Amino acid sequence: MSLLEVKNLSLSIQGTPILQDVSLTVAPGEVVAVTGESGSGKSMTALAIMQLLPDGSETTGAVDFDSEDVTRSTEARMCALRGNNIGMVFQEPMTALNPVQTIGAQVGETVQLHRPDLDAETRTVEVLERVGLAGISPRRYPHELSGGQRQRVVIAIAIACGPKLLIADEPTTALDVTTQAQILDLLVQLAQEDGMGLLMITHDLAVVANMAHRIVVMQNGAVVEAGDTPALLKAPKHPYTKALFAASAHQATLPDQTAHQPLLQVRGVVRDYTLPRTRLFAPPGTHRAVDNVSFDIPRGGRVGLVGESGCGKSTLTRAILGLEPVQAGEILLDGQPVFASGAPNLSVRRKMQVVFQDPYGSFNPRHRVSRLITEPFHLLETPPADRAARIAEALSAVGLSPDDAHKYPHQFSGGQRQRLAIARALIIRPELIVFDEAVSALDVSVRAQILDLIADLCGQYDLTYLFISHDLSVVRGITDQVMVMQHGMIVEQGDTNDVFDAPKHPYTQTLIEAAPKLPRTGS
Amino acid sequence: MMLRYALKRLLSLLISLAIASLVIFTVIEVAPGDPASFMLGINAQEDTLAALRTELGLDQTKVQRYLAWVGGMVQGDFGTSYQYRTPVAEMIGDRLWVSLPLALYALILSTLIAFPAGIYAASRRGKAGDIGVMGATQIGVAIPNFWFAMMLVLVFAINLRWFSAGGFAGWDEGIFAALKSLTLPAIALALPQAAILARVMRSALLDVLGEDFMRTARAKGLSRGQALRRHGLRNAMIPVLTILGLQFSFLLAGGIIIEQVFYLPGLGRLIFQSISARDLIVVESVTMLLVFAVIVVNFAVDLAYAAVDPRLRART
Repeated sequence: MSLLEVKNLSLSIQGTPILQDVSLTVAPGEVVAVTGESGSGKSMTALAIMQLLPDGSETTGAVDFDSEDVTRSTEARMCALRGNNIGMVFQEPMTALNPVQTIGAQVGETVQLHRPDLDAETRTVEVLERVGLAGISPRRYPHELSGGQRQRVVIAIAIACGPKLLIADEPTTALDVTTQAQILDLLVQLAQEDGMGLLMITHDLAVVANMAHRIVVMQNGAVVEAGDTPALLKAPKHPYTKALFAASAHQATLPDQTAHQPLLQVRGVVRDYTLPRTRLFAPPGTHRAVDNVSFDIPRGGRVGLVGESGCGKSTLTRAILGLEPVQAGEILLDGQPVFASGAPNLSVRRKMQVVFQDPYGSFNPRHRVSRLITEPFHLLETPPADRAARIAEALSAVGLSPDDAHKYPHQFSGGQRQRLAIARALIIRPELIVFDEAVSALDVSVRAQILDLIADLCGQYDLTYLFISHDLSVVRGITDQVMVMQHGMIVEQGDTNDVFDAPKHPYTQTLIEAAPKLPRTGS
Repeated sequence: MMLRYALKRLLSLLISLAIASLVIFTVIEVAPGDPASFMLGINAQEDTLAALRTELGLDQTKVQRYLAWVGGMVQGDFGTSYQYRTPVAEMIGDRLWVSLPLALYALILSTLIAFPAGIYAASRRGKAGDIGVMGATQIGVAIPNFWFAMMLVLVFAINLRWFSAGGFAGWDEGIFAALKSLTLPAIALALPQAAILARVMRSALLDVLGEDFMRTARAKGLSRGQALRRHGLRNAMIPVLTILGLQFSFLLAGGIIIEQVFYLPGLGRLIFQSISARDLIVVESVTMLLVFAVIVVNFAVDLAYAAVDPRLRART
């Protein structure tokens, strides 16, 4: 007897088909994962089950929850089901909670709404304890909690009334690996203890490989493959599933490293931030974001920097780019300081370029590609005479067409924009490129392509780069050396393979342990 | 936490007041025109002028006069009007009892109209109700308030004879009579403000409706309306409070035209008459009072922000 049975569900929003003939079931106590890349319709399936679809949606087919077709239920009936019998956890813990209400009020509201027989305050304390927030006062506000704690609050809201079905939509995508592991454990534990059905939606196959009983793979709004996890992982049948596996496990192949003299030298760098004063005339305290960090990147070196959010890697990046002064130590590029007399040292600055995480936010939408990717020319004293040739070369190098120079950024997909960002970095032939979480926002298959592109470019241009990421698996294939950062300090550094195969520092071991891994497939 | 935030805002309030008083004093002192010769006419004797200047304190140095002015104001002594030879504090006091109630009355009306209209429009986004309300506010924003005031007089005072066409009954006649004579001016002031406020309320709410936590609220089992009231409104208050604060300042000082149309003895008319008569001391004092009101309202708005949003309290 299924708890949830989605039967031939099709959905269109204002005439555009979104889902076609989606069918899946969840039994009580069962963990079912829905996976696929962005735009595959996984989240819309979840919203259809909750009947929280956007305006202008039309559905056919049936969604039977507890033998009741919710697509035919009234809104009042759905309000009684949501939060009471079906709980939902969302992706962004930072924004999923109301910022002006205490967490206790937000958890208690669900209880008051559906279970007037219970004392909301007592129940709130119980539930917060259950999700692992025993020491946290219900009177705290969301902004006073970390991302992982906030996600626990969202889970507490979802399970406060003891629902039969819990839907989790990318619940750990925005979290660090170690936090991710804890949240996943919590979800599975709650499902087991309460006999809840758990519908996990994720783009990351590795996340669900160890926890889901069954996996449903979606592409372009349709289910392409579904089956028991071990069987599906062992022998995926559909080409798309195979491609997803290949992309997840993909490792770029780097050409051999060539030169050896140091290009970037970071010596004993300390970066302090001034905290707000606690008393009017007391000297303000400081927060040490980067603590005595030293390393070299040789010319031609490919170095990774790994750490969780708040470890200081972004601060270190800004210091290397010469955007901020440091409180102690020095950063030299080619023997010259990157920050001199209160400003970025321009003669050094033009030798560095950076590629950022967000392929949508990092381009001015009103400029054409030709203008966008030639922005670094402003760093040069005289712009090169062969501007058009340089544009064509940079675009070809990243696998785009020289004709694309006349287009606007919105005409490109996320992966193509990241290629544009790389073209922009390459165009002045910098000596050092900083990739700051450059593939973190991309789908697995696109990510694999971009990593291959970077490896290719290494061969062609003899690149030197610093690759910053919170994702260990990405760094592994694309770097020769890796540094692990925690609390502003570099706790371990060495050859990438050595660090991954035999991590010495306990923190590195935790990180590698916590990272979700895809088992070797049969193919 | 809240107390520290309040003290910090209070400190910035005092600094703003000090700077404002200095600016007002300087600007008015360099303005052309000698009050003494204006009062005595162009045929005045030189020694009479000098005597009057001494009497008015115009022969002292600028620093002395500034300190005397500020020192007086702190003790409630705003000086003596050049024109009427009566204490400025008394003149302002009388006028304030018309302008302040008028501003408050208009503000309350405007809020009572704008909040429901904005919430209604936001909850019916894109539907007929929304388009209707937004169309009405468009007209409300576009109509000049003096014209609207004249229409009100025409309809409600001249044709229907429900209200008098102008003048102020005075508080001695009882609260009801006084409020009645302020009603048409308050409506004339409030409607354009309500139109602006309703639009701000609607767009602030629509922004909030797109937030993730509203989806969380719906997933809890709250209906659209419940989610809007319990989670949407308070988050939408920040931009609304900002506009509300600006509007109150405007209503207090900007009623000049409406006061003219309705013959109300308010601050706006006082400052207008004083400028015409070069009665500098009155101009200075009324301006300072209005600046004081604006700064105090902003202070109140800052406190309201913090009451609404706990993140602001933490950021001090």
